[in-house]
Amino acid sequence: MSLLNRQYSMLPGFRLAFGVSLFWLGLIVLLPFAALIVSTAGMGWGAFAHTLADGRVLASIRLSFATSLCAALINSAFGLLVAWVLVRYSFPGRRLFDAMIDLPFALPTAVAGIALTGLYAPSGLIGQWLEPLGLKVAFTPLGIVVALTFIGLPFVVRTVEPVLQGLEKEWEEAASCLGASRWQIARRVLLPTLLPSLLTGAALAFARGAGEYGSVIFIAGNIPRVSEIAPLIIVAKLDQYDLHGATAVAVVMLAISFVCLLLINALQWRVARRHGVGR
Amino acid sequence: MSIEVRQLSKRFGDFVALDRVDLSVDHGELLALLGPSGCGKTTLLRMIAGLDRPDAGQVLFSGEDATARHVSERQVGFVFQHYALFRHMTVFDNVAFGLSVKPRATRPGKAEIRERVMSLLKLVQLDWLANAYPAQLSGGQRQRVALARSLAVEPKVLLLDEPFGALDAKVRKDLRRWLRDLHDQIHLTSVFVTHDQEEALEVSDRVVVMNHGRIEQVGAPDDIYESPASPFVTHFLGDVNLFHGRVESGRLTIGPFAHAVNGVDDAERAVAYVRPHDLDISRLADGALAAGRVAHIHAVGPLVRLELQRDDGAAIEVALAKERYRELGIAPGDLVYVKPRKLAVFPDGQDYVI
Repeated sequence: MSLLNRQYSMLPGFRLAFGVSLFWLGLIVLLPFAALIVSTAGMGWGAFAHTLADGRVLASIRLSFATSLCAALINSAFGLLVAWVLVRYSFPGRRLFDAMIDLPFALPTAVAGIALTGLYAPSGLIGQWLEPLGLKVAFTPLGIVVALTFIGLPFVVRTVEPVLQGLEKEWEEAASCLGASRWQIARRVLLPTLLPSLLTGAALAFARGAGEYGSVIFIAGNIPRVSEIAPLIIVAKLDQYDLHGATAVAVVMLAISFVCLLLINALQWRVARRHGVGR
Repeated sequence: MSIEVRQLSKRFGDFVALDRVDLSVDHGELLALLGPSGCGKTTLLRMIAGLDRPDAGQVLFSGEDATARHVSERQVGFVFQHYALFRHMTVFDNVAFGLSVKPRATRPGKAEIRERVMSLLKLVQLDWLANAYPAQLSGGQRQRVALARSLAVEPKVLLLDEPFGALDAKVRKDLRRWLRDLHDQIHLTSVFVTHDQEEALEVSDRVVVMNHGRIEQVGAPDDIYESPASPFVTHFLGDVNLFHGRVESGRLTIGPFAHAVNGVDDAERAVAYVRPHDLDISRLADGALAAGRVAHIHAVGPLVRLELQRDDGAAIEVALAKERYRELGIAPGDLVYVKPRKLAVFPDGQDYVI
């Protein structure tokens, strides 16, 4: 089928609409990426490698991706649970509960960051109880995970929710009639159906987490090589007028994010192909 | 396995879905639960399956109380109106599901599962689609897969909830004939729910007609059709003409007409129910129930359908054999009399809202 093969439509102007959207996409999405790569290409291999060889930079990139992976995994589990409760049960205050999930979306990230720091600092409401247990949350990687979990929750809940709503109760009943236990129904009937959307939600949460800045910098404490995230390195380099260094780090983050996205897409494609073609 | 239901009741808020229902299903029988939507037939079926819990009453399997047993332990096969096939599994995996979730001790080996699934798919004539996904099948094929899936675990009872409800007329007809044949082959105690009287009368050994959470009548299809026990059943089983009158010492009087009826108690207000094909047309008033002018004649098909208009404006529907119609030589506008070959008389004022 040709790309421009169009069906008769009530609204005219396919060519114009297509042209404008292509231009818009190029301007908004592709142009910044291109500029980033051009700018990095200008610095030469030597300088590029030198920037990255810095242990502080490498540690920060590792930290950023590791913490957001942790947060995405935590969100997959609890986001699924939250979505399940939201879809399957009706209880007083359900709407409030529903609205609360979007809070991390709506809240300015700095506000979230300050609130979390206040809570988990050694003298904070929760921090003072964790401190004697030897658990330090604020100013450690653990704190970053907490912040990213907070930020990523709505991504998982909101992507899984519509699929959960579409789950027919009859599937569970049919499986139950066939002698399946609850665990077997969850594992063999529900999970495979939810998996693609869960993967999407987790990927979104992960991508957001890797680039998150505002909510993390307060609680992280930004100790070099311990709790300093990659976006902060970029900002720091920009502050020192090291534009090339900043773009070098950015390009590496871009590359890693791109590979992750590709992997998740491939995984999703495989799952979708296995679990029911022609949907 | 036989099924017995004792005094089963269920309410959903203010709505009474089942009102102290008693029913027994014999071993190897194919029973139809027939009724309009909201009559409680699906609720009754789901309670037999254990998918819903009754407020009161008991369900017995082979005389043993199974009311408290969980669905997964009742050994029932359940077929849903919308198939409920697992769409992420192939046809083969769907049918194999029940066997593969058995505890390790009783689970058959891979080869045995394969053999059983394939023989079931042969039984439903779909072995060539074993590797397809449900989305690739037609409605009729999906329902057959659903049936094979429920049979895989060798249930003691097969329960079908409007199994043909989502299919188009032609497939529906084929499939119900096929279900009847299948039942004759495997003789599994089966209960199916339907709102289609033709389907119930054609397929089942016995029909249970339900209304407002109660059983109106139980009987063989022929009995139910020929001698309906209530106005509701009469109405529900097909088109019917109503004649209001009075019964006095064995005579039904309707205006100037009178008709002998035996074994009917005297009633000041009574209604005679006559099916269109149980009415004959005559030019003479002798033994007639009513008179009317011919308003419309539909002469398509083996039966000629006449619509008569009575003086009071009410319509009478008559179905005549084509031969008889030619013999009579009726034309629109003629004044004719209708005589019943068979009629059912019930006292007036009974509730038969459909």
